[in-house]
Amino acid sequence: MLPAARPYLAAFRARFQLMLQYRTAALAGFATQCWWGGIKIMVLAAFYAANEAAAPISLRDAVTYVWLGQALLALLPWLVDPEVSQAVRTGGVGYDRLRPLDAYGYWYARTLGWMLARALPRALLMMLAAGIVLPLAGLGAWAWQPPAGLVAALLFVISFALMVALATAILMLANIVVAASLNERGVNAVLAPMVIVFSGQLLPLNFFPESVQTMLHLQPFAGLVDIPFRIYFADLAGAVAVQSLALQAAWTVVLIGVGRVAMERVMRRLEMQGS
Amino acid sequence: MPQILVEALAKTYRVAERAPGLAGALRGLVWRQWRPVHALVDVSFSLEAGELLAFIGPNGAGKSTTVKILSGILRPSSGRVEVGGLVPYEDRIRHVARIGVVFGQRSQLWWDLPIVDGFDLLADIYRVEPARYRQRRDELVAMLRLEPLLAQPVRQLSLGQRMRAEFAAALLHDPDILFLDEPTIGLDAPSKLAVRDFVRRLNRERGVTVLLTTHDMQDVEALAERVIVIGQGRLLADGPFASLRAGVLAERRLHIDFAGPAPTLDLPGVTVRVGGERSLELAFDPAKIPTPKLIAAIATQHAVEDVHVDEVAIEEVITRFYELHALTEGAPEA
Repeated sequence: MLPAARPYLAAFRARFQLMLQYRTAALAGFATQCWWGGIKIMVLAAFYAANEAAAPISLRDAVTYVWLGQALLALLPWLVDPEVSQAVRTGGVGYDRLRPLDAYGYWYARTLGWMLARALPRALLMMLAAGIVLPLAGLGAWAWQPPAGLVAALLFVISFALMVALATAILMLANIVVAASLNERGVNAVLAPMVIVFSGQLLPLNFFPESVQTMLHLQPFAGLVDIPFRIYFADLAGAVAVQSLALQAAWTVVLIGVGRVAMERVMRRLEMQGS
Repeated sequence: MPQILVEALAKTYRVAERAPGLAGALRGLVWRQWRPVHALVDVSFSLEAGELLAFIGPNGAGKSTTVKILSGILRPSSGRVEVGGLVPYEDRIRHVARIGVVFGQRSQLWWDLPIVDGFDLLADIYRVEPARYRQRRDELVAMLRLEPLLAQPVRQLSLGQRMRAEFAAALLHDPDILFLDEPTIGLDAPSKLAVRDFVRRLNRERGVTVLLTTHDMQDVEALAERVIVIGQGRLLADGPFASLRAGVLAERRLHIDFAGPAPTLDLPGVTVRVGGERSLELAFDPAKIPTPKLIAAIATQHAVEDVHVDEVAIEEVITRFYELHALTEGAPEA
């Protein structure tokens, strides 16, 4: 283990293990996501039944897109890390400043651990339900399909890693706004609808009008859902897929850079009131 | 060179202020008035390695602000601070690796984790070499009698137990300097004694420099050779407690029990503080009238059963000191 990475890995691991304990939350989340998944698929099916030719992707791919989205919902950066909001409110941030660590890296590792631990059990349950149980129950047409091929699977693994890194970078920006404003409600209220619409979680981005397609593809939230999922079923393939990965990576780097600068500024004028 | 050097330290906060009531709230929406609050004004002192210093002062005096600046959490508005040759807020990461901090009102342990897991995590965070960590941890666990608590999650601990764990947590990386911000607040008597005993041992046996803030005068009496009094952001006194006492309230108290009814005494330089049926409590200045002389003067004229002499209680000295510097909130005018 790299000695330089030891504290960050430890912070990640501690948070990850702790969050995995919350089984009831995971089950409740899974149930909700099944319910919404079902509704979204029914709505899509109605659209496709009305005018299948107008749809940019096949119904089969659209169904897989929905299940993937429901499985990985907890990886979307639409909710500020509650540990950060609590630390900000209680002054625990002061103790974070006492650790001989890069402040951004320390929070990043913890937020990453939190997101992944929330997502993991839900994703596994969803894979089981939508990928295995549905086909066995004779509902194969509505099931979560495997990736479009080996290349698509490999590209998806890379895209998935970038999606997680990008989501954490976005959440870090939200965390920093909370640290500056001392309240998380406003941030959550703005973040959630933006992320859900612009990531493609609500609807794949190529369902939007032609004129805004390029812009939608280039904005950072596309890397959270639309890009990785379309790579999964090879709607984005070849050069376009590679270019999309580069886009995800570029936004991740940019947002981490912005986050680091912003965090440094916020921490400089940090005040810890009371005793 | 001293281990801690503070020169002309000042910290000013900006506080938003609004007139009371709905009109004030509405006006505040458009036009906000800011008022500067001077938490620290021109504070200077220095501390040698191995010293134990207590910071005392009323609520809001600036004690905690000083600790937060020295530990690298806050930046001062002006002035110079060096701790072990480093400026805490400029060289934060290197600085905090060498200090330990305990805030009596906050926890640095993970609420849901067993104590020992929290210790492991801190060892990783401070990159303590594993063999050294185990040795250090076992030592601290023994000193603080934490053995039976190690597997318990922090949320299940009593405050006294938690404070002991907090001390261990702050010392796992073997810091040279320990900052304690009200470490005994809210503790019961045995826990306070345990904390004081531990701090004293750490300072005397390990040579750890300790800077603590407290409201508990018994902490001061038990621990500190040197006291800094701070009030309204200014440093008001710095020295051994005895000299503070001498400067503020040199008087002593003489309690006398008489064999018969207490007599009326009229001695120059002596005031009667409390008069009972058969006893008196006198206040006097030993510099003006030496204790043996006073006792002799009374005992030769009256039938005395018992006498004892007290110094003024430390709380009273400090209260008088605050009054002298007009620091008491809501105190009646003298």
